Amino acid sequence: MDPNANRNALLSVLGTMLVLAMVHLAGSHGTEYQIRILNNIAIFIILAVSYNLINGVTGQFSLAPNAFVALGAYTSSLLTLTPAEKEISFIIEPCIWPLSVITTPFIVSLVAAGLVSALLAFAMGFPVFRTRGDYLAIVTLGFGEVVRVIANNTQSITNGPLGLKGIAEHTTLWWSWGFAIVTIFLVARLIRSSYGMAMKAIKYDEAAAEAVGINTYWHKMLAFTTSGFFQGIGGGLLAHLITTISPTLFTFFLTFNLLIIIVMGGLGSTTGAVLGAFLFTWGGEWLRFVDEPMDLGFTEIPGIPGMRMVIFSCILIFIMIFARHGIMRTREFSWNWLCGKLGIGGRLR
Amino acid sequence: MSVLSVGHLTMKFGGLVAVNDFNLELEKGEIVGLIGPNGAGKTTVFNMIAGYYVPTEGSILFQGRPIQGRKANQITKAGIARTFQNIRLFSELSVIENVMIGFHCRIRSTFLGATLKLPLYRREEKRMAEGAMKLLEEVDLTDVAHEKATSLPYGKQRRLEIARALATGPALLLLDEPAAGMNPSETQDLLQLILRIRKDYELTVFLIEHDMKFVMEICERLKVLDYGTTIAEGPPHEIQNNPRVIEAYLGEVQRAQG
Ligand SMILES: Nc1ncnc2c1ncn2[C@@H]1O[C@H](COP(=O)(O)OP(=O)(O)OP(=O)(O)O)[C@@H](O)[C@H]1O
Ligand SMILES: [Mg+2]
Repeated sequence: MDPNANRNALLSVLGTMLVLAMVHLAGSHGTEYQIRILNNIAIFIILAVSYNLINGVTGQFSLAPNAFVALGAYTSSLLTLTPAEKEISFIIEPCIWPLSVITTPFIVSLVAAGLVSALLAFAMGFPVFRTRGDYLAIVTLGFGEVVRVIANNTQSITNGPLGLKGIAEHTTLWWSWGFAIVTIFLVARLIRSSYGMAMKAIKYDEAAAEAVGINTYWHKMLAFTTSGFFQGIGGGLLAHLITTISPTLFTFFLTFNLLIIIVMGGLGSTTGAVLGAFLFTWGGEWLRFVDEPMDLGFTEIPGIPGMRMVIFSCILIFIMIFARHGIMRTREFSWNWLCGKLGIGGRLR
Repeated sequence: MSVLSVGHLTMKFGGLVAVNDFNLELEKGEIVGLIGPNGAGKTTVFNMIAGYYVPTEGSILFQGRPIQGRKANQITKAGIARTFQNIRLFSELSVIENVMIGFHCRIRSTFLGATLKLPLYRREEKRMAEGAMKLLEEVDLTDVAHEKATSLPYGKQRRLEIARALATGPALLLLDEPAAGMNPSETQDLLQLILRIRKDYELTVFLIEHDMKFVMEICERLKVLDYGTTIAEGPPHEIQNNPRVIEAYLGEVQRAQG
């Protein structure tokens, strides 16, 4: 349909190669701190882009991503830890069989994390999508908390509050950015397909979506399950980046951060989710100084840990009041748009 | 066999009987009108046929098969498409996307196939885009295909809703006040449009309308509702002179005046 399709495909390939080249440069020349931030950005991109699919595109205000990230993190960690490591970690109760003896390669553990989280999302979807709006938000909030509580209490699977330690640091920039690119690519394609259009239709008018024959229940399930899949993978990558996980990592706070990201970027826009993940992670690092003591010359302010989150909350409130559509609204980046801006010719429709 | 066969349909909302013992037979190719004063229960009849309300009592047979209690999307897939009294377009989507969505319920590509753009999906996507363009031609909206649906004036939005309904491939079309908000010339165009699509797509049409001139001109048969009860039915010229119908409408005028 688009006369510039070939050029745009070429630009996409070149753009991807450029990102990978930068990843390579950062990997070989960056400091450990910089690499860490870049990894965080990639993981948050995966989480935000997939969260946006259900919240922004399909318009179902889920508050459960922390459940899927947690499940993904635990699944993949339990699969990569060796039996010996598990035996050392599980001091209160031994790890149950067969988890106690299984060890898989990293990539297998990530795919498994995605599948298990997708399965949870699918099962959760049955009760969740009997509700709408505020009720759906509350039900998913409840589920998110349930998963955390379960993680806290199933000693022989998750090692309870002690969590899992000594997870191998498998997550390199290649892994994280590789998956980020794949996630963006697949989710963007999905959104542009007629299934994605049907999901948008549900957001704009559910009754009308039913009238054009869309099985709204099923399409919500598809969006939710897909979202759960990528969040599970993101969780697995996260676990193998920070190497220590415990239930406290996956509280509502994580959901809240993702919410800030997608609202800031513009609910419904994948581009926005990517930008939001960048700004949030980068900004979060930059704002670290507010947590530390500050010398204003005439007086010294003691450091208040958590001050950053106060600022983020204020930013969220500000966005909700003054810029509810976020940076991108529901628009998406496109090569046609960029080339138009740069004045590079190209045929218009 | 009739296209639609409705028997003893009743809808109660708590103590309110919105529709009482409604019966209807629609033969293939007919255009039948449902009229009555405000609040008579016309939209409620549509909502029951289209699967939005589960009737308190009664049966609905579509092409010989019972459909009452089925979900709205299943009924659309079975071949009944509708438009809404208060236009319900997908506001942020473009005009052509609004129509393309109508084809989605009939594609064979799976979720994965569509995401991965497998050959089958590519073909189907092409067909959806072409089909949507053809329908836009039908309702004369090709020039605004890439505009936002809600940026269109009222009359065009109504036509767009009809195109979207047609995209689902219906055998029966339910139109809830299609001429509402249209000026006389737009109403004339609409009349021609409905006659044309009935012929081209072999449709049966059941419509609600307050514009009596329009109704008398296009409908072959009318049913009149008042307070949920059918007070008259027959060809337009008979209905026009039916004392009960006149009284129902006069009553409405009197209620409005004082
Ligand atoms: N979901 C509902 N819950 C309760 N009452 C309802 C519901 N839907 C319709 N009603 C009531 O049923 C009656 C019939 O409404 P309906 O919308 O079918 O009227 P109508 O004939 O379409 O009127 P109009 O010409 O104004 O569109 C009204 O009294 C209305 O208030
Ligand atoms: Mg009505």
